[in-house]
Amino acid sequence: MMQKEKRYDEIVSRNVPGIQDKLSNGKVAVAGLGGLGSNIAVMLARVGVGNLLLVDFDKVEPGNLNRQHYNTAHLGMYKTDALKKQIELINPYIRIETHALKITEENAAEVFEGYPIICEAFDNAENKALLVNALLEEGRKKIVAASGMNGLGSANKIRTKRKFRNLYLCGDSAAPAEEGIGFMAPRVIVCAGHQANMVLRLLTGEEEV
Amino acid sequence: MYVNGQQIILTDEISLQEFLQKEGYDTQKVAVEKNGGIVPKTLFHEEKLADSDKLEIVSFVGGG
Repeated sequence: MMQKEKRYDEIVSRNVPGIQDKLSNGKVAVAGLGGLGSNIAVMLARVGVGNLLLVDFDKVEPGNLNRQHYNTAHLGMYKTDALKKQIELINPYIRIETHALKITEENAAEVFEGYPIICEAFDNAENKALLVNALLEEGRKKIVAASGMNGLGSANKIRTKRKFRNLYLCGDSAAPAEEGIGFMAPRVIVCAGHQANMVLRLLTGEEEV
Repeated sequence: MYVNGQQIILTDEISLQEFLQKEGYDTQKVAVEKNGGIVPKTLFHEEKLADSDKLEIVSFVGGG
C-alpha cells in the first residue's frame, strides 16, 4: 500500500466503518466561513469528506476568534486561505477548492456547480435567504442551512429539521426579534455540528433528520 | 390553508407577497415552499393562494 493511502486510512480509522468510500467521494460546499462554516469544514475534513468547496469574501479579524476556527496567526488572511491551510495540516488528502468572492443571485449557480450538497453558513439573514432561494430554484441540490444559534440559551433547543424537500434547517427557530444578542462559541459550534452531521447522513444515503 | 403545519382560514383572494406582509414576514429573509415546490422570489407577487394550499415558510435570523 502506498504511504499516502496508509496515512489516509489511519486518519479515518476511528470513523464509523463501511462508509468511507461515500465520504471520500463526497463533494460538499460550505458557503460562508464564519463561526458555522469554518467549524463545519474542519469537521468534514477530519472525517475525510474528500472534496470541499470553501466560499467567503472576508478576511480573518480579531472579533472572529471567539467562535471561528482561526487563530492569531491567521489575522488579515482571507478566510478561504486560512481554512485551507489548516485543513491541509489536519488531513492533507482532501481536495479543496476556494472562492474568495461574494455570492449573488447571478453567480450562485455557477459557483456551486458540481457540488450537490451545500452548507449555508452565512451571517446575514438576507444573504441566507438569497443563497437558499437561488439554489433551491435550480432544483437539484440539497441545502443544509442554519438559523438561530446566538446567545446563551439551552443547547438542547438547537435542532435539525427538514423544512422543505431539499432544505434542512439547523438552529433554535428563534424569532427575528431575538437577533443580535451576541454569539458564543458553544452554541454556534453545536449548530455547526448539527449541520456537519446532517451532511454526513446525506452523503451516506440517509435523507431524514 | 396550512402554513407551517397550522391551519389558517383564507377568506379573501390574496397573493403570497400580500400574505407574507400581512403576517409580518420580511420577504427579503424568507424562503417559501408551496405544495412541495419552491416558489421563486420573483413570483411572490403573482402567486395566488388558495384554501387547499400547504405553505412552508422559512424565515431566517442572522448569525453564523
